[in-house]
Amino acid sequence: MKSFLYRNPTRASWAEDYSFLNNDSKNQSDSDSDKREGLGIKKSYLKVSNLNIHIQKAHILKNVNLEIPDKKITCIIGPSGCGKSTLLKTFNRLIDDTEGIRYDGSIFVDGYDIFDKKTEITEIRKKMGLLSQRPCPLPMSIYENIAFGCKMHGEHKKKKLNSIVEAQLKAVGLWEEVKDRLSSPASKLSIGQQQRLCLARGLAVEPEFILADEATSALDPISSKHIEELFVELKKDYAIILVTHTLRQALRIADYVVFMYLGEVIEAGPADEVFNNPKQELTRKYLEGAFS
Amino acid sequence: MKLKFIEEKIAKVLMILASVAVIAFVVNIIYTILRRGLPALNWDMISKIPAGGYYNGGGGGILNAIMGSLYIVLGSTILGLLISIPVVFYLNVYLRKDSKLAYIARLAFDVLFGIPSIVYGAFAFTIMIYLGMHTSLGGGILVITLLIIPIFIRSMDEVAQQLPRDLLDATYALGATKLETIKVVLRQIAPGIATATLLSVGRAIGDAAGVMFTAGFTDSIPTSLSQPAATLPLSVFFQLSSPNADVQDRAYSAALILIFIVLIISVAGRLITNRFSKHKI
Repeated sequence: MKSFLYRNPTRASWAEDYSFLNNDSKNQSDSDSDKREGLGIKKSYLKVSNLNIHIQKAHILKNVNLEIPDKKITCIIGPSGCGKSTLLKTFNRLIDDTEGIRYDGSIFVDGYDIFDKKTEITEIRKKMGLLSQRPCPLPMSIYENIAFGCKMHGEHKKKKLNSIVEAQLKAVGLWEEVKDRLSSPASKLSIGQQQRLCLARGLAVEPEFILADEATSALDPISSKHIEELFVELKKDYAIILVTHTLRQALRIADYVVFMYLGEVIEAGPADEVFNNPKQELTRKYLEGAFS
Repeated sequence: MKLKFIEEKIAKVLMILASVAVIAFVVNIIYTILRRGLPALNWDMISKIPAGGYYNGGGGGILNAIMGSLYIVLGSTILGLLISIPVVFYLNVYLRKDSKLAYIARLAFDVLFGIPSIVYGAFAFTIMIYLGMHTSLGGGILVITLLIIPIFIRSMDEVAQQLPRDLLDATYALGATKLETIKVVLRQIAPGIATATLLSVGRAIGDAAGVMFTAGFTDSIPTSLSQPAATLPLSVFFQLSSPNADVQDRAYSAALILIFIVLIISVAGRLITNRFSKHKI
């Protein structure tokens, strides 16, 4: 892999950025995360250990060990059917409803095992904002789309809701476009606007992670660019995990890359290392476009 | 001319013929009802209850049947919705797509759909005897509710089965429990609920056999659930059985009123549906 593929002059030292990955310690200052408005926020941290997933007879994920850094964009790349989306859906346990699913291993979020029986699944999901491949606004008005999650979690004060709606729509750059028609149906928005609305809706329940499953693949180039820019903006406050099928996208915005193949994590590491100097032969071949 | 163009022409002609045949039937029915019913229709018909000897040509009207039918339709529709929405929600959100219980339940509702209303009437009648109930408005509402529940469930279920998986996932991802998704599900299937309600109202107001044993017939307007209630279809039936031609004409007026009520409900239903389905994705 040629080094011109990935070069970001603004980054000083990768080793410094990712030092915490090697020693499990949560050594990033909590002070930045405290700036986030809302419910009590702890530093997010996600660790997958020895995760195996079987769906009926198929072994979908094979002994996955992984750590996802906070406040970075982590891109999960790999060919179709390699288990990227399954892994992502496992993080918020949306996969639970799949017929014939069995899992073992553990995923720790903030130190809690999400498979633990005591863990409330709704709490886990609330921590993980989801952005699906095709935008899926709720069948409500623009305003209600964002207020829905907050109301569900017990926020009913009109004033507070108004300010949340405004803040989140501003956060995704949609406020100017929709402020005069907040009560019109969300389905009337363009598809790119819908995707940003979905992002805002997710942010409104104050997650710690943003899970994006090929979130730009159904969008036009300009809307995709918009979403990518938002991710770069939002990584100040959230851990963003992005499953992507387009290598170019990963090259543009990833800080940390996980390469998966046939249900296994082949290589994971800081983006420049993986892209410029892959350790595994398979990764190198994939990046060179030998298969996709 | 090529064969496929001839095919196209023939198919088109057949479709037009079929449509014209259907329209002709409907027009014919409405024409007959109007021709015989309209001259007999007067303000007394819809504002008065039958006076003595009404069925032999005496004065009065059929307000008793109009009110009885409206009470039964209103009561059974509300009751039916309250019972069928949870069933549809359970079938589509709680049960998996390949669930055996869901399969059996759907099969059962399909069978219930096809059972004639007289069977429901007879069934409810035995229960009423067992409970010591007399023919009453309550009994009528009960049997009509039983009659329309399969219609409600199957027509709502058709729509609910199209519920996008992504929509549920998006709701779960916000931290919703299965129960909390009901707000989203209901909004998404609102047009289906409206259609189901219209179908049910049509069946409920037009049913004669089910209410014959259960609601009974009376010349007064019921003031409680335990009093018997008259219904429009039975009113048509009794007037039509009269040898007196004037009374038979009044039967057509009663049918006209029945059709008019269904028309009003349908138009109102469509307007409400449009209002509710604007958010559907």
